Amino acid sequence: MNWISNYVRPKINSLFSRREVPENLWTKCPECGTMLFHRELAENLNVCTNCDHHMAFKPRERFKALFDGGIFTEIDVPQPIADPLQFRDQKKYPDRLKAAQKATGEKEAMLVAEGEIGRTPIVAAAQDFSFMGGSMGMYVGNAIIAAAERAVEMKRPLILFSAAGGARMQEGILSLMQMPRTTVAVRMLKEAGLPYIVVLTHPTTGGVTASYAMLGDVHIAEPNALICFAGPRVIEQTIREKLPEGFQRAEYLLDHGMLDRVTHRKNLRDELITITRMLLGLPPAIKGDLPSPEADAQEQAQEQAETGK
Amino acid sequence: MNYLEFEKPLAEIEGKAEELRALARANEEMDVEKEAEALDRKAEALLRDLYSNLSPWRKCQVARHPDRPHCRDYIEALFTEYTPLAGDRNFADDHAVMGGLARLDGIPLMVIGHEKGHDTKSRIEHNFGMARPEGYRKAIRLMDLADRFGLPIVTLVDTPGAYPGKGAEERGQSEAIARSTEKCLTVKVPLVSVIIGEGGSGGAVAFATADKLAMLEHSIYSVISPEGCASILWKDAERMREAAEALRLTAQDLHRLGVADMIISEPVGGAQRNREATIEAVGRAIEQMLKGLMKKSPDQLLKERRQKYLRMGARGLAA
Repeated sequence: MNWISNYVRPKINSLFSRREVPENLWTKCPECGTMLFHRELAENLNVCTNCDHHMAFKPRERFKALFDGGIFTEIDVPQPIADPLQFRDQKKYPDRLKAAQKATGEKEAMLVAEGEIGRTPIVAAAQDFSFMGGSMGMYVGNAIIAAAERAVEMKRPLILFSAAGGARMQEGILSLMQMPRTTVAVRMLKEAGLPYIVVLTHPTTGGVTASYAMLGDVHIAEPNALICFAGPRVIEQTIREKLPEGFQRAEYLLDHGMLDRVTHRKNLRDELITITRMLLGLPPAIKGDLPSPEADAQEQAQEQAETGK
Repeated sequence: MNYLEFEKPLAEIEGKAEELRALARANEEMDVEKEAEALDRKAEALLRDLYSNLSPWRKCQVARHPDRPHCRDYIEALFTEYTPLAGDRNFADDHAVMGGLARLDGIPLMVIGHEKGHDTKSRIEHNFGMARPEGYRKAIRLMDLADRFGLPIVTLVDTPGAYPGKGAEERGQSEAIARSTEKCLTVKVPLVSVIIGEGGSGGAVAFATADKLAMLEHSIYSVISPEGCASILWKDAERMREAAEALRLTAQDLHRLGVADMIISEPVGGAQRNREATIEAVGRAIEQMLKGLMKKSPDQLLKERRQKYLRMGARGLAA
């Protein structure tokens, strides 16, 4: 070892690798084009600070922002049989899966976890649009069934965040069969008298909308989320006319009676706490009882002391 | 007779036989019967050959054949006292879905199905079998009625898919389909379904979620049309043959996957060549499926139906 390998090489390496950094530090808002610094964006829950455009929110990040103190426990999802149809288009399905796993660092398109929100124990499931378009296949079906079974076992509500282009074509009919399978899971919750709240995020389409995403006790959507069965392009091709402004967006669906609420991401957590606690017949959450995910222990103690007075 | 694209060689032979016979009718001295019969035999052999090994894409074409018996034909031939019931009590009566009370072999039941229509006028009236939310909501209402009065439910599935239209979306196409599937998984009466032609995606699931699902030999059931799949995954709608292969949408593959419980054989050359025999076979299959289910208690029916779907797909094609 000498000073060249210990000092010069790292220095040179860092000089070259620094080039890649700026791309990750700044994100351009796809809606208004504002350049957003990564820390600012993360603090604002991936919502543009300029135009309020809600960008994709990965399940892990969402759970960190949802659960008290950002703490949650993942629930195991039974692994389905790999490539049940031996599907091959221009690529083999297992290769597409591997590429998605590598790109996202996740196993599949849905994450299930349990923990507390405002000291209210819940089970949550979130779909990952960055994983093959969030598409619903056997795994997503298994995840929703696992989430419902856990919720029933622990007598907890289930909060589900949907985001998907629809069914996963590479699993053919078995992806379609997730519509009845997940519906059975929803029935388990309903028959156990447990709240099932769906938060529809951008985009929620196809077979996902036409099954578990539209069977909630309460439907909340994030602003401007595309929510539909058939996509706008398919409809335009069928009816050969221009669709109205805002068609199939969250606010449009709210107007047409398909949703209960459209809620900004920054208010979502509090709203979910309020609704679940009322549905469960629990007393209202006290402000000091709501350790926000980012708040450190000191702040919490201070707040508690204040409310104690 | 409407010939499909792959039936062209058959059309030629049958055409020649017909021509010969027409000549003989015009000219009494000519004796062509022997030659014509030889052509008939040749056509028959070719037909048998063509249909013994249909590719998935050809199956799609047969499943969509305009001369196949449709929902109305089955209902008229198989049931007595058919009494159509209309409307969703909310918005409209959707003619893409027909249904009502009827008797099968004396037993009262509820029959519900997609109707595609048989000529231009009726196809437009029935919207080519593509239901709007009102259609699914009518079905939900009829299933609910059957459930309250303990009547078994029979559904006949034949749809390219739910209608992709502006109004349909505004009135909650997704919600209507989801609720219809949910209703199928909540009723405590026997529910049997037959896919008689096309089982198109969510629009089919809303009716085909059943205790027992039978498929006609050349019917299909798929998450997406082969054309749609090809345009998304191959970026070329013309690659539908490959997409049809990959999707495993034939009755035979679905039976192997445990999605279809039984396959109903079609006459040689498909349902469109012998409608009566096909309708009869479907009637027998419905009776057979209902017979086993009528003995079960309401709770057992529901439990087993849900178990069936929870377990579905666990073994893939190896099943």
